[in-house]
Amino acid sequence: MKTKSNLERVLEAGEFAVTGELGPPQSADPEVIRGKAKILKDYVDAVNVTDGQTAVVRMASWAACLIGKEEGLEHIVQMTCRDRNRIALQMDILGIAALGINNILCLTGDHQKFGNHPMAKGVYDIDSIQLVSMVKDMRDEKKFQCGEEMAVEPRLFIGAAENPFADPFEFRVARLAKKVAAGADFIQTQIIYNVDKFAEWMKGVRDRGLHERVKILAGVAPRKSVGAARYMKTRVPGMDVPDSVIARLQGVPKEQVSREGVKLCVDIINQVREIEGVVGIHLMAIEWEEVVPEIVETAGLVPRPRFVT
Amino acid sequence: MLISEQKPLEDILNYVEGDKSIFLIGCKGCAEGWGSGGEKQVAEMKITLQERGKAISGSVVVDMLCNSALTKLKLRSYKKEIAAADSILVLTDGAGVQTVAEVVNKVVHPGCNTLSSGGAHAEWKEAERCLECGDCMLEFTGGICPIARCSKHLLNGPCGGSQGGKCEVDADIPCVWQQIFDRLAKLGQLDKLDRLVTPKDWSVSLISGPPVKRLS
Repeated sequence: MKTKSNLERVLEAGEFAVTGELGPPQSADPEVIRGKAKILKDYVDAVNVTDGQTAVVRMASWAACLIGKEEGLEHIVQMTCRDRNRIALQMDILGIAALGINNILCLTGDHQKFGNHPMAKGVYDIDSIQLVSMVKDMRDEKKFQCGEEMAVEPRLFIGAAENPFADPFEFRVARLAKKVAAGADFIQTQIIYNVDKFAEWMKGVRDRGLHERVKILAGVAPRKSVGAARYMKTRVPGMDVPDSVIARLQGVPKEQVSREGVKLCVDIINQVREIEGVVGIHLMAIEWEEVVPEIVETAGLVPRPRFVT
Repeated sequence: MLISEQKPLEDILNYVEGDKSIFLIGCKGCAEGWGSGGEKQVAEMKITLQERGKAISGSVVVDMLCNSALTKLKLRSYKKEIAAADSILVLTDGAGVQTVAEVVNKVVHPGCNTLSSGGAHAEWKEAERCLECGDCMLEFTGGICPIARCSKHLLNGPCGGSQGGKCEVDADIPCVWQQIFDRLAKLGQLDKLDRLVTPKDWSVSLISGPPVKRLS
């Protein structure tokens, strides 16, 4: 074990992992986080807390993680390169580790143009791959990016994202290989609706033996309505929503669409579980957290493993 | 006026390490003015490289290398010499290097770092080509600049928002990493993208460095 992470422990034990996601509020209200944390608690091994997703100002990920931690959640702090340079990133990395958060997901970040402050100056001092490498050097070499040494290292289980549906497709496995070489311990993928394309990407991953060097969690998310699925297809960068998915939601009476969305999500979980190299799922039910218990139960993934610490 | 200076010789020699024969290009515009890639510097570079066992298949100093029509016309007379070379070393700023990369289907090495555009943007006006970062990356990106043309200045390949050759920020903006990927594929150099690019030294760039110190 490199860290005290529950997620690392679950994966090392060979259990099929389940991670969830929690979006902090656009306010200083801690109760929103407590409410969501209570719903997710017994159904996931760790919960990502987003870092200004879609570049909208929200409570800081690390702060929301601390509130969720009080409710007994294990957290994955998300950290983007959009808003901080390497100095600020390293300060936050030291801080979250000192506060007992065990996992980090290293991201470049959604461009500021998408958010509610499109006139902001984007930072992008380093990119997500360089961030992975920086955290690894801090943890394993006790070294800051500049090369200076530190007394106590941040023991973080290091994650990165990958999108099998972005272009150029031929580069997507190579990009994963770069993240693995940089030091990623686990990967959470973009939300999967096109299972065939995901399977093709996973084949490329296995051909290079990458699934043996990094833990891959397949990204899944339920859709509540036909409109929400269409929005994903046309407006969210890097998404691949096949027409068949929209047709399936359209094919049921309106009052049953959200049920069908849940069933579709469980079906996708069952399909990706069969793919060699997938060792868990990352379930992103943002602003629909109450459906998580049902999805995890229906997929036969409860109870979650518990370790005596 | 684009202000450039020659890269350290060690960097240039690393770039051309696997090349036996090289074609040299300089510019009589800004690069001549700044002494980084005019007639004199091209002649000196020829000797320097020959002393290190490289063959020089030919050389040319173009009037305004950033003018792609002019460059295309001029290079036509050197078809044979360019074909005989393994690569092209361009002794001028980032705009000139990228012009050559656009008009010739051959590996292009940047021989200079671009320090400042001094407010102007050369003769190539239809797009941002150079962000004066002071540490030219064009060697690793097929002669196309991701600092100037990627919305996130990414150095390790496209982000997850690149789809159908377009940038996630705007459907009218081409994804520069798709362009880089396509060009490196054409040149048989996709392995260049496997390299882990370390964090950039922004202190030498106009974006966050002290300009007075850089240009004095």
